[in-house]
Amino acid sequence: MSQQDFLRRLPETGRSLRRRDRLQQRLHIDFTLLLLLLAVACYGLVVLYSANGQSLPGVQRQGIYFLVALVGMMVAAQVPPHLLRRMAPWLYLAGVLLLALVLLMGIGAMGAQRWLGLGGFRFQPSEVMKLATPIMASAYLGQRLLPPRFKHVLVTLALVSLPALLIIQQPDLGTALLVASSGLVVLFFAGLSWRYIIVAVVVVLASIWPFWKFVMHDYQRQRVLTLLNPEQDRLGAGWNIIQSKTAIGSGGYSGKGWLQGTQSQLDFLPEGHTDFIIAVLGEEFGLLGILFLLSLYALIIMRGMVIAARAQDSFSRLLAASITFTFFVYVFVNAGMVSGMLPVVGVPLPLVSQGGTAIVTLMAGFGILMSIATERRRVSRQE
Amino acid sequence: MSEDQRFKDHHREARITSSRLVITSVIMAALVALLVFRYYTLQVVHHEDYATRSDRNRVHVQPVPPTRGLIYDRDGELLADNRPSYTLSVIRERVDDMEETVRLLRTLVDIPQSDLEKFYDQLQQWRRPFEAIPVRYGLTEEEIARLAVNEYRLEGVEINAQLVRHYPKGKLFAHVLGYVGRISQADLAQFDEDQHKRYSGTHSIGKSGLEKQYESLLLGDVGSQNVETNARGRVLRVLDRTDPKPGEDLYLHLDADIQRVAVEALGEYRGAVVAMDVKTGGVLAAVSTPSFDPNLFVTGISFRDYRRLNQSLDLPLFNRFLQGQYPPGSTVKPVMGLAGLHYDVVDTSYSVKDPGFYRLPGDDRLYRDWKRYGHGKQVALEQAIEESCDVYFYDLGHRMGIDHIHQFGIKFGLGSRTGVDIPSERNGLWPSREWKRNNRGLPWFPGDNLNVAIGQGFALTTPMQLAQMTTTLANRGHRLTPQMVSRVGNEPVATVEEEELDVAPDDWDFVLSAMEGVMHGERGTARRAAYGADYHMAGKTGTAQVVAIPQGEEYDSEALLERQRDHALFVGFAPVDDPQIAVAVVVENGESGSGVAAPVARKVFDAYMKDRDAVEEGGSP
Repeated sequence: MSQQDFLRRLPETGRSLRRRDRLQQRLHIDFTLLLLLLAVACYGLVVLYSANGQSLPGVQRQGIYFLVALVGMMVAAQVPPHLLRRMAPWLYLAGVLLLALVLLMGIGAMGAQRWLGLGGFRFQPSEVMKLATPIMASAYLGQRLLPPRFKHVLVTLALVSLPALLIIQQPDLGTALLVASSGLVVLFFAGLSWRYIIVAVVVVLASIWPFWKFVMHDYQRQRVLTLLNPEQDRLGAGWNIIQSKTAIGSGGYSGKGWLQGTQSQLDFLPEGHTDFIIAVLGEEFGLLGILFLLSLYALIIMRGMVIAARAQDSFSRLLAASITFTFFVYVFVNAGMVSGMLPVVGVPLPLVSQGGTAIVTLMAGFGILMSIATERRRVSRQE
Repeated sequence: MSEDQRFKDHHREARITSSRLVITSVIMAALVALLVFRYYTLQVVHHEDYATRSDRNRVHVQPVPPTRGLIYDRDGELLADNRPSYTLSVIRERVDDMEETVRLLRTLVDIPQSDLEKFYDQLQQWRRPFEAIPVRYGLTEEEIARLAVNEYRLEGVEINAQLVRHYPKGKLFAHVLGYVGRISQADLAQFDEDQHKRYSGTHSIGKSGLEKQYESLLLGDVGSQNVETNARGRVLRVLDRTDPKPGEDLYLHLDADIQRVAVEALGEYRGAVVAMDVKTGGVLAAVSTPSFDPNLFVTGISFRDYRRLNQSLDLPLFNRFLQGQYPPGSTVKPVMGLAGLHYDVVDTSYSVKDPGFYRLPGDDRLYRDWKRYGHGKQVALEQAIEESCDVYFYDLGHRMGIDHIHQFGIKFGLGSRTGVDIPSERNGLWPSREWKRNNRGLPWFPGDNLNVAIGQGFALTTPMQLAQMTTTLANRGHRLTPQMVSRVGNEPVATVEEEELDVAPDDWDFVLSAMEGVMHGERGTARRAAYGADYHMAGKTGTAQVVAIPQGEEYDSEALLERQRDHALFVGFAPVDDPQIAVAVVVENGESGSGVAAPVARKVFDAYMKDRDAVEEGGSP
């Protein structure tokens, strides 16, 4: 009754709100999220034009990738969460098989095997795992009683570490860490007991030394050492970090202006269009430009958190939270490594860095978020 | 148990996750704040520092190239060093109008078209920004002065003093040392990231010989310095500097004096000489004549010079001692004789009748001896080696068969690379039944045995292989890999030993004394070459046919063109009682092993013995 009264008092807005909601429900699209994603992508293309040495074809290609990714997102958004949950084991299994296949017969580039040739296409199965792992973990834990019991924690750990270990073999430490974290945060959101978390943290800290000594490749160790003291290797690996910090720092408060960055336009900055693109942004648009981008990202993340909080069941909730958090990890790691705060691990800046496969995976993830956001209410919320 | 049967409490689970979401949000907010703080620090707090750094007029990194390692002979004589040379180079980023600058430069100094093309090539490649790209090397004082006067018109043009490779002995060691040359497009394409770094600031790379083989050791490690420059790109001061690590010096087994003697002994002939230290396998001399001046290649050889070298009929660029493949001729006879004794095909008293030709049973073809009417009615092994009787070895080859010939020959390293530390060595060829089937599609014929037994037919050897074979003879079956470098910096290079050959001591004594007979016997083919020596040597002469002599024709050297004359060969070692040095000589179209090749070896022996005596006298007062 009271709701009827409310609607009567604000008839216009009420009706339009409901119409918009219905439209969103029917299309399975979350307009807020879509708008934010479009904003970041457009901003990214503007920066990319500059980073690419003002070449239009590169930007056009990236625009096409984004449109393809957008379609991918819409397709993913049409898959209802309960169907996704039932598909989870198959998706996961297929991903693991593909990873094994990569190790057996993958295409190598620069000392690592990451791609599968697929009739002219090159395709990176570890991308699939970036989604399949959290989906599987969420599906598994979503059907258990939460918070998870010890047995279920162990099973989840196994589910997460299998693909991560396969990816490490390629070797691609950066992606392996991302995949692992996207699965592990599911455990955290499922209410993993703090006792376990503390134990895990202690174990991780204790294993840093053996990890450094026995697991890491020379080039990875080099990256960490270079991070700690870039001056020590000025001509080699330190070059990137010195130059990107110089680019960012010289941008100042408001930047040197679009296409005016000397660091990026004079080829000082290697990988300016891929992993280090935020340095171009920082140089040309300054701190203001950075803050604007970070705000857009923050809004996307907040929207993701809201979707997670409102999700219908445990599976959707866990998955939405994991996807959102992984997106945050991308942003943080990339912005951190380019500014010399974290080691260079080859994580692109989401939606901005040039690259096809990564953006498709990313947008498919947002498609899943939208499917969760627009799912028809089955249980009434009790507030 | 009861817990498992509990119903899923959706509200409770939603609360759990929600609380975790809140915690996560707080963490994320904190991390974002950290990011913002980081960018704030870089962009606002330290903005001035970075703005200065990015201001290209001020500080930037310059590579400091290392000094290339030097190369010495065994007595410390310098064979390759580095000399300062003034290089004109251009910094692409500082030049507004490259065409105009180049035009102006060409009016001031002479820049050959080929140098200019190389410069434009390098301009296209990715280089570290602000790296100087060389235009011309070896500026004269006058040119430097002219450039200095016009400095104000030449923004982005630099003159740097650079160390450039120099070979003080010129032609003498060209085929051993090889040479360095400018880093080419093809070299760059093969570099990995680390090599790009190591070669920043370095413009040359080992292209052949020891320079190529030991490139990574000779190069050293690049250093770097931060320099402050003014707006025109002149370096004002060096802010700090990481010194480069100079390349390692190489010390060779090679003896410059013996090398010189060998080259002089060959004179105008085309040919090769290799001398080896019998005890260590160290190469004392390695000569290929005619030679060329490696200094021409260091800063880029001119097109005209290169064409002259490359099109010469004498092939001065061809490394004869490593890549020249010659039939070994009679020089393999000691090895064949030893094989006969070893496999009990013959004994020391077995003899054959030599009427000047040999005929296989049931075959009309005549296999000639080099001596028209033969060596007599009863030729045994000792005489056969001393006089180089072909008919004896035809008979031996026929009776022994290719399998034994092949098996025994490869124990001396015939038919495979010696493994000496100079690149691009050739295999030679020591044929076998299998080889002929695979490569010629034919079975092994009895006549083939005869040809191989006197070192003709399919058999091919490089002078380096002949030297190794002779060393193995002198060492009584103890085969060593020839080594050029004896010491890298302070690290001695170990002697590499191959598998030992197990032959009865009596057989060795017999064959080696027959080789001594070649030099000192009454009828020895090389007795004239040994005349007057105060030490005893052992050896074997050989001649190798360049063109096949058709059946039924006589060999007539007058009628043959000079370049179709037989190659003259000699292998030998000295002194006999305690072998120290083994020598292989090949003289192209020299015709006579005893008359032309053996005297060359004698001079090498003399030089070595004199040197050794001098050391002994000097060493014991």
